[in-house]
Amino acid sequence: MKVKSFKELKSLREKISNSRDPEKNCITICAGTGCLAYGAQSLVDKFKAEIEKDNLEEEIDIRSTGCHGFCEQGPVVVIYPEKVFYRRVGLDDAAEVIHKTVLNGEILDRLLYTDPSSGEKIIHEDDVPFYKKQMRLVFGMNGQIDPTSLEDYMAIGGYSALAKVLNGMEPGAVIEEVKKANLRGRGGGGFSAGWKWESTRKAKGDPKYVICNADEGDPGAYMDRSLLEGNPHSILEGMMIGAYAIGSNEGYIYVRNEYPLAVKNVTIAIEKGRELGVLGEDILGSGFSFDIKVNRGGGAFVCGESSALFASLEGRAGEPRAKYIHATDRGLHNKPTNLNNVETWANVPLIINKGAEWYQSIGTENSKGTKIFSLVGKINNTGLVEIPMGMTLREIIEDIGGGTPKGRKFKAVQTGGPSGGCIPEQFLDMPIDFDALTKVGSMMGSGGMIVMDDRTCMVDVARYFLKFLEGESCGKCVPCREGVRRMREILDDICEGRGREGDVELLESISHALIDGSLCALGATAPNPVLSTIKYFREEYSAHMQEKKCPAGVCKELIRYKIDEENCTGCGICARLCPAECISGEKKQLHVIDQEKCIKCGSCKESCKFDAVIVE
Amino acid sequence: MSEVNSVEKMELKVKDIIEKYGSDRGSVVPILQDVQKEFNYLPKEALNAVSSHLDVAISRMFEVATFYKAFSLTPRGRHQLSLCVGTACYVRGAPLIESNIERVLDLRPGKTSPDLEFSFDTVNCLGSCALGPILVVDGEYQGQITVSKTNKILKKLGKKVKTDES
Repeated sequence: MKVKSFKELKSLREKISNSRDPEKNCITICAGTGCLAYGAQSLVDKFKAEIEKDNLEEEIDIRSTGCHGFCEQGPVVVIYPEKVFYRRVGLDDAAEVIHKTVLNGEILDRLLYTDPSSGEKIIHEDDVPFYKKQMRLVFGMNGQIDPTSLEDYMAIGGYSALAKVLNGMEPGAVIEEVKKANLRGRGGGGFSAGWKWESTRKAKGDPKYVICNADEGDPGAYMDRSLLEGNPHSILEGMMIGAYAIGSNEGYIYVRNEYPLAVKNVTIAIEKGRELGVLGEDILGSGFSFDIKVNRGGGAFVCGESSALFASLEGRAGEPRAKYIHATDRGLHNKPTNLNNVETWANVPLIINKGAEWYQSIGTENSKGTKIFSLVGKINNTGLVEIPMGMTLREIIEDIGGGTPKGRKFKAVQTGGPSGGCIPEQFLDMPIDFDALTKVGSMMGSGGMIVMDDRTCMVDVARYFLKFLEGESCGKCVPCREGVRRMREILDDICEGRGREGDVELLESISHALIDGSLCALGATAPNPVLSTIKYFREEYSAHMQEKKCPAGVCKELIRYKIDEENCTGCGICARLCPAECISGEKKQLHVIDQEKCIKCGSCKESCKFDAVIVE
Repeated sequence: MSEVNSVEKMELKVKDIIEKYGSDRGSVVPILQDVQKEFNYLPKEALNAVSSHLDVAISRMFEVATFYKAFSLTPRGRHQLSLCVGTACYVRGAPLIESNIERVLDLRPGKTSPDLEFSFDTVNCLGSCALGPILVVDGEYQGQITVSKTNKILKKLGKKVKTDES
């Protein structure tokens, strides 16, 4: 059904709300990419089949939702209205969950989350420590809706912000509201969104474009994907509001091809939006027209950079151009273009609905609202977390993330992806926002937060990012093309025991050439992982260069595998599995590794059940 | 089937794909993605067909096809292994898995075996970091992968490797 006026939209929403009983049992199953990888789709099918089999459709709803964030514990199931939280739910659990928990209120102990610090079993989702300290304004809706259902989105107030804007707010007033809220770009730069909108509005040229940057290339960050997958309408609504404010009728979503589910769900959302009449000609009878196309990227990190993204959208290789001309003046097809990241767009309906003043009340002085981080790496609770700006790193890593696994010592947290840096323990109590992260030599980036412990080599991490950037540099400008490669070669030398005196200084000097001379941010920020590790972990560089040792036991050329006399039981599994056949020993006797032949593949260490294989 | 026939067939397929995108020159990247999906790589004839239908120079086709990682100008293997080397997987031990696969398959990342049995790639973050390190084998995610798990998979795919089952 197409709605042609604000009144019709309102009555449709009322109809949807009235048809839903908030007290009705609803089993929500997370079907984000993480949980799908654990087999969540067959779980959804199983629940559906069980309910059909027992004719329980009247009593119980099933909803397959987007990502809930707590990927570590997947597949995750939350049962409404009580919000009972079950984790690691298997196919065999489905019948019992329905009959015991949903119909009889009986809690299944084995599926509850246990707080590792207190040993206490937790029943309700909101009480789980992982969620407790979060403020899930943008991401929280994911768990409540089926991303392919427009009705679900309408039921939680969807498209009310669009109606509010079109029904009586001048474009200038919308821009003022977003400026007042001080919404800063969530994609990395932290640039003021309202200011960008205003510049695009004022720029001369027609048509004007509005683009959503979903080319989330930062390895280790996946919040944009989860938003697009889990709540695509919120992004569309944000874009529509932006387009109205800017005076644009054409929008694009540029999304990574590696995100098939995001492409699928956002495409469905666009089709449904058109059917409903919130996308297309004369939206809600307001006279404003806007439509969106989805464009899949080709797997190039640099295409997250605005001018490279435009080149890709125009069907060319994604090479950036110099930035003396702003995209807001001449972007896609040389027309005024406003580009914002997924999470930025998703914040817009919230600001319109609740007002800039409310938004201003969250966060720090210059960074307002919340930020979604993907908390990954050597951390107990891997997942997506949304926190108010200004929370400390310690709260995120220890309270929400549950600290590092196996009691290993925390070493650093890497933020900002390949453009960011490694932050050591001494800054854990720093409240984080855009400016604080920049101050310590890292950056917010899109929100990747990779935790590292004492078994992570910081020199190797720097080399990893340089290797990544070397592969992703488009090759157009010399400082980036040659500089990144040279830096990677020096880091290779250091990691492989060929480090020479003066290498660190050379790295620093090339870094400054890159910062000053690169065409785009990819090159200009490429030195950050190197400079920050030199600054905070200089002793690790020295150990590699002078003592030819890798203290973390990572760099192959500087370590050796050894079998510990005390722990070896002589079971012989390592010898059987060794592909180099370099382990020998009698049964039930100590085994020995022939260092000459060892290829350092790690299979002995991995296979030893007695932790007898050690790395020196 | 004669070669002429197969080229004609290919052109028809390419034409269908292009029409789906309204013959829009801006859609070169997604068009090539669909072509690659259809043929498993980008055959020269298909690139020629896209170039003439869209009236875009063939040099531009090659520029795009070689710039983006998603494209391959050579046929891909029957079995495709993609190892995630995103930062989270990397710090959780992906490099050891990488060198193990390299050794067993005798393939550098990005390459296909001469018998077209295996293609091995590394990818930057699949966004399933809780499962890291992840190996995708013919489209299926294998989480918390270890050297021995990898070896079991490779054995199933017909490679001679030592596993703790044998």
